[in-house]
Amino acid sequence: MRYIEPHGHMVSRTTDDYEAMVLAGCQAVCEPAFWAGFDRTSADGFRDYFRQITEYEPARAAKFLLPHFSWLCINPKEAEDLALAADVVALIPEFLAKPNVLGIGEIGLNRNTRNELKVLEWHIDVAVKHDQLILVHTPHLEDKLKGTQLIVDVLKSHPGVKPGRVIIDHVEEHTITRVLDHGFWAGITLYPDSKSSPPRAVDMVEITGGERLWLNSACDWGVSDPLAVPKAALEMRRRGYSADWIDRMLYRNPLQFLSQCPKFRLGEASAG
Amino acid sequence: MPPTPTPRAAGAGPASAALVDLGFVPTRAKLIEVAAFLDRVERHGVADDYRVEALRNAVRLLADGQPGRAQRILESLSDPTTVPDEVSTGKAAYGAYKSRT
Repeated sequence: MRYIEPHGHMVSRTTDDYEAMVLAGCQAVCEPAFWAGFDRTSADGFRDYFRQITEYEPARAAKFLLPHFSWLCINPKEAEDLALAADVVALIPEFLAKPNVLGIGEIGLNRNTRNELKVLEWHIDVAVKHDQLILVHTPHLEDKLKGTQLIVDVLKSHPGVKPGRVIIDHVEEHTITRVLDHGFWAGITLYPDSKSSPPRAVDMVEITGGERLWLNSACDWGVSDPLAVPKAALEMRRRGYSADWIDRMLYRNPLQFLSQCPKFRLGEASAG
Repeated sequence: MPPTPTPRAAGAGPASAALVDLGFVPTRAKLIEVAAFLDRVERHGVADDYRVEALRNAVRLLADGQPGRAQRILESLSDPTTVPDEVSTGKAAYGAYKSRT
């Protein structure tokens, strides 16, 4: 089995996780910029972090022959401080030419505030100006429904946004069609306690048909599982899905979206 | 939303029986966890918490016999407002909606 991990915060994971993912069939891992569990106090902190996910982390993954890609932004959890956010957004363009950078993400909303919305709009402007793919984080728990609608509204109102080049992540049963119906891609995140379990993710695949969908672990420093995607494959096999269907959902679907960035190229062995 | 073919239609044969065989015991365990949680918070006198009330309302949806249970329960736990908040009340969400005004 082969799969792509399209959303993993590998800076928070051990090297053992890289080995386990590769042994499970992972062909590439993509790392969106995120909240490190504490607030950084200056743009220089983000400059170091962007260097980490564009220089250091690809080298760590390469030791296991795993291609590593990244996305850049200031996460919505740190977007309440508009002065800091402006400094960080201004920093992003100098990193966009790095060979493993796929686009702008994971941007979005956390508590659905006006400041978060403003910073989301700044990020969208940068993405459009530099013709970048966009990866969007949707809020947690009770904030997800409202936040998803606000995000869709902002994206739809921007004349430069092409929905097929945007993935809105962490969808659940109450938000997935609100994303797909507008032409965006949707990501389903597999978490042990929140977001979606593998059985629920496969339910959503069944109900929506599986077009413009990817599954990811979003593994980070919290309760999460870097092998969640292959565990979803096991759920699909239990339901009698063909190997070709599983390959489509866990490899060819993310490959289709990510290949819109010319820098996302995998080796011959995984080209399939 | 119109019904769409399941992936199985394009893949291998159905394995619907296994859904119950493999899913029943784990789901039974989660249901008992819900029951025990409700008993626990009543025993400890904290059952009037807005999150517990939201859970009790969600349980009613679970048993109403209508489809789309997961979607409807998620909606019942969600912030129903549509206007952005003026300020953040903290980084973490709580799992059920409580008016911030």
